Amino acid sequence: MALDLHARNGDEAGWVGQSIPRVEDAALLAGRGRFIDDLGTPPGTLHAAILRSPHAHASIERIDTAAARAMPGVAAVLTGAELQGLTSSLVVGVKAPVECWPMAIDRVRYVGEPVAVAVAADRYLAEDALDAIEVRYAPLPAVVAPLDALADGAPLLHEGFPGNLASDRSFSYGDPDAAFASAPHRIGVAVEYPRSACTPIETYGVVAEYDPALDAYDVLANFQGPFSIHAVMARALRVPGNRLRLRTPPDSGGSFGVKQGVFPYVVVIAVAARLAGCPVKWIEDRMEHLAGAVSATNRSTRLQAAVAEDGRILALDWDQIEDCGAHLRAPEPATLYRMHGNMTGAYAIRNVRIRNRVVVTNKLPTGLNRGFGGPQIYFPLERLISRIAATLGLDPLDVVRRNLVPADAFPYRTATGALLDSGDYAAALEAALRDGGHAGLLARRAQARAEGRLYGIGYAAVVEPSVSNMGYITTVLTAAERRRAGPKNGAQATATIALDPGGTVSVHVASVPQGQGHRTVLGQVVADVFGLRPADIRVITEMDTAKDAWSIASGNYSSRFAPAVAGAAWIAATRLRERLARVAAVQLNARPDELVFAAGKVFSPGNPGNAVAFSRLAATGHWAPATLPEDVEQPLRETAFWTPPQLGAPNDADEVNSSLCHGFIFDFCGAEVDRDTGAIRLDRYVTMHDCGRILHPGMVAGQVTGGFAHALGAALLEEQSYGPDGSLLTGTLADYLIPTAMEVPEPVILHYETPSPFTPLGAKGVGEGNTMSTPVCIANAVADALGLVDIQLPLLPSRLSEALHGAEPSSPRREARPPPAAPGERALFGSGHAEVDAAPEQLWAMLLDPDRLARVVPGAHNVQRMDETRFKAEVTLGIGPVRGRYRAEIALSDLDAPRSVTLSGSVDGVLGFGRGRGRLRLEPVGPTRTALTYDYEAAVGGKVASIGGRLLDGAARVIIGQFFASLAAQASGRRPSLWRRLLRLFRRRA
Amino acid sequence: MKPARFAYLRAATTEHALEALHRGGGEARVIAGGQSLVPMLTMRLARPALLVDIMHVTALNRVDDDGARITVGAGVRQRALETRNGLAKRQPLLAMALPWVGHMQTRSRGTVCGSVAHADPSAELPLVLVALGGQVHLRSGHRARRVTAQEFFTGMMVTARAEDELIEAVSVPAIRPGTGYAFREISRRHGDFAIAAFAAVADERGLRLAVGGVAAIPISRVLPTDQAFGDALDAFAWDLDARDDLHASARYRRELVRRIGRDVAQEALRDQKARAVQEGG
Repeated sequence: MALDLHARNGDEAGWVGQSIPRVEDAALLAGRGRFIDDLGTPPGTLHAAILRSPHAHASIERIDTAAARAMPGVAAVLTGAELQGLTSSLVVGVKAPVECWPMAIDRVRYVGEPVAVAVAADRYLAEDALDAIEVRYAPLPAVVAPLDALADGAPLLHEGFPGNLASDRSFSYGDPDAAFASAPHRIGVAVEYPRSACTPIETYGVVAEYDPALDAYDVLANFQGPFSIHAVMARALRVPGNRLRLRTPPDSGGSFGVKQGVFPYVVVIAVAARLAGCPVKWIEDRMEHLAGAVSATNRSTRLQAAVAEDGRILALDWDQIEDCGAHLRAPEPATLYRMHGNMTGAYAIRNVRIRNRVVVTNKLPTGLNRGFGGPQIYFPLERLISRIAATLGLDPLDVVRRNLVPADAFPYRTATGALLDSGDYAAALEAALRDGGHAGLLARRAQARAEGRLYGIGYAAVVEPSVSNMGYITTVLTAAERRRAGPKNGAQATATIALDPGGTVSVHVASVPQGQGHRTVLGQVVADVFGLRPADIRVITEMDTAKDAWSIASGNYSSRFAPAVAGAAWIAATRLRERLARVAAVQLNARPDELVFAAGKVFSPGNPGNAVAFSRLAATGHWAPATLPEDVEQPLRETAFWTPPQLGAPNDADEVNSSLCHGFIFDFCGAEVDRDTGAIRLDRYVTMHDCGRILHPGMVAGQVTGGFAHALGAALLEEQSYGPDGSLLTGTLADYLIPTAMEVPEPVILHYETPSPFTPLGAKGVGEGNTMSTPVCIANAVADALGLVDIQLPLLPSRLSEALHGAEPSSPRREARPPPAAPGERALFGSGHAEVDAAPEQLWAMLLDPDRLARVVPGAHNVQRMDETRFKAEVTLGIGPVRGRYRAEIALSDLDAPRSVTLSGSVDGVLGFGRGRGRLRLEPVGPTRTALTYDYEAAVGGKVASIGGRLLDGAARVIIGQFFASLAAQASGRRPSLWRRLLRLFRRRA
Repeated sequence: MKPARFAYLRAATTEHALEALHRGGGEARVIAGGQSLVPMLTMRLARPALLVDIMHVTALNRVDDDGARITVGAGVRQRALETRNGLAKRQPLLAMALPWVGHMQTRSRGTVCGSVAHADPSAELPLVLVALGGQVHLRSGHRARRVTAQEFFTGMMVTARAEDELIEAVSVPAIRPGTGYAFREISRRHGDFAIAAFAAVADERGLRLAVGGVAAIPISRVLPTDQAFGDALDAFAWDLDARDDLHASARYRRELVRRIGRDVAQEALRDQKARAVQEGG
């Protein structure tokens, strides 16, 4: 029977559309949420800790786990080799002879890559065991920036990706060549969009168990979907899908896409459980999360537009280089293709050329993050609009207006294949300007500028896609490859409604909420269908792949809850209501179609006295199934699988409707930049949303505000930073800065509703849009304030210094600083000077005497001489309370006795590694007195670099200063008590 | 993020703590509020064999104000000092700087002396100590000594404290007539490590500007108040030998010294005048 998707219950003023209190909150506010780390584990559960690579790129020469295995409480140690024996490679999303393992096998390719797993009685012992695992790495050159990865001679990550290129596809829609040839203007932008991540408060968690009798895995993980990844995990674990039971906990402490990335760890911990013969639990800690969870992609984009005199864009030419990090992990390169239908944004541009390249670099692999590909598109596109206005002397608003998709064109097929479902972009824009106080903002800017302050206004117009087409990712394949692979498309949503013998209603959806409030909204939707109160509806949202109805599209991603999942629940409830109506019709002697479900009763409006209680009616199928009319199917339980017909596979012209729904956002803001500090103050932020029908205004405001906060972080604070040598520089939240309540002003949120004709409830997604619109809106305002052409995120005050303060006059006294380090070295450098009471020859003799040299090296033990000029030692180095043991090697070279020598050294230990070279010069200044000068460069990586980046330079100076001070002290034959004074001397000069 | 094994000793008296430090040698660390040490333990950056907890030594949990100096014991939490009655009247610079130390939550645990002991180059309390010419009161089992703040901070996270010494207290001069004070900090977010922090004191001996977050330790310099000020400040900015890091370039830090340093110095001079008027009236 066909359903009229837009038929409503007789009671129009229902629960949907009201901001009712969230049913989730009572537990959460009282600390009774049930997150993965709160749940009890099976008896005998052991705990895992993961040893991670300190190197961006290195061969693993040897892993010695014997000492770790011998430690008390340690049950197993898993290395890449053992993992490889029990699993298959994760699938890779492009056709290439490349493998993707969840642990390093013989080579590490990013800082944080898992190298070994220790399983022990508790996490403390497991971490102790990690300290006892010895890994010998042979460092390889690393590549960090996407353009560098494509350069000739760049270090190669995977043999199967020649030139580090994982995919290179070109597309053409309309006639871009003709448009560019005839257009009066060609205007472009170049953008290096940085990396950031959404940083949920709850990190990854996995509890895994292996049943050898059934050869089956049972996994509890705070995975968010899409459940297409279930197939990826089962394949990797070499079991059929029905032998990987995957469950999710009742509550999740946020995801924003990130919890999709737990899946490689599911494979690792499942194998660890199999090896240990016990259930194994692993909760990711914050440092692991920042180094090893998942990041959004960084992207290098060149965007050109062919532009008419009036600002109309006749064609776009995109050249995108997507950086997916060290491995192309499922579902990448989806970030690049999620927006493929939307490459023209909110604009009616018919001619488009696109070149999409995907590269691998020595950084954390990428995956789902709020906005997923949107921020990377809209930053160049909306910067372009701003540049067109500046170049042609137009009002940026006029450039936007002249290019928007016209209201009468919906549903509108974009050049690249998206079908924009509904909207009136121009009306929404004008409403935003009017209701958002745009005229006042212009006046504030004029006033501020008259006072000599730096004030700018920015704009952004974006289309926010939601309910992604499972097939869009296949746009990365050629049409011929797609034909061979078979069509992939659609966006299935699943919901089950069940009635129990007491006549109460339960709802289950295959969605896995991450804190959004799905249970509340589903209560509203289903209560409206049955004429009940939301409190009467119990909603269960945890998933169990062994018992629940689900599909590969299940999960919580691409803003699909309101448009797809809530709609599926509405369909299931409506089908059940129709059956109940036919049962009631017999009992009430009425026609099914005239019955009304309201106030807990079912009745005919003409005769309200003749009613049956909903609970009684709903229980009929349990207590008196034989009384049901013969042609009525059981009214006990209904599962709806909803799939929209609009989401076809990409066609042979590479056109793809990459998402079902398209909301519209128009933002504008005023921002002021402090002349002295470069601090950016958002004066006013207005964000207009058309997200279709609003089911719960309070939650929509929450989503918009949360997306805005994430976007503000991306604009002003957040960047997952790597040094040129691939060192991770943002290993803690002291360096990876996320906005707090203090930093997030409240945006003015406006709405303009055009319901989607393609979704059961008319709703569209709303959770991601501001991550797409806000970063570029703020950047446009700052560019306007400072008159900048080129502007890159994040907008660090320090980076604005050049624009604000002009060229810096050189130092009055100082000679030039040492030249910067060789490419790829994130070097520290320094120099020092001291005078010691010894002749140069005495000092020289000491340098070549291993016993005395040993005493010079701070904290050295077990010094061994390898040959004339090379020494090996164990050293303990430290600054303040930070102390670690390292293997050290020291070599002397370029000997020019007794005048100068080069000292090279390397250290390697659990806290990290370092390499340094110093040139030491000795000059006599008296018969028994020598002036000793040195300069050095050093590179430091590993844990200390990730945690203490801001202190490293000073720390290296202290340690190198210790070395030379000690050298001077030894040479002078002074007692150690004098070292301190010498040390101070060095410190001042160093 | 679980610490390596360590022994824990809750000292009952100062002597008890000193004895433990003596026995522990380099393997013992004092733990007070733990706001720097505990993260270092959980990240396994620090692995002391013994932690000596001094927070239950009542003798250390006191602030003394003898009119000339304010002495803050090792057990005094930052928040306790911040909320001490009349602090702004007794030593305005301390009152200005304390709200910038971390967050209210960390100040409720962290101690004043702990921050001094940790000697982070960006920390506010070492900066204030240097700006005010404060002293660090050190005690070991066999002797007690006082060192000036200038002598105490010898390098980034390196101090003149010997391994068996406990910072028993720090002391700063109380407000003196005719003195003006100012403080300001620039950081990415409130509560983050300072990119640059400034404390200025103007008194009859002249204008002193102390800068934290730029060099390895807080550095104080006397600056002229005449037309030579600009050049002297510029020279100071260069002499601090700023470095680039993730959050700020060396150049930006120098620019802050020139611009915010100037503002803070001027504010201290204005404050000096305002107080002179009050005192005169």
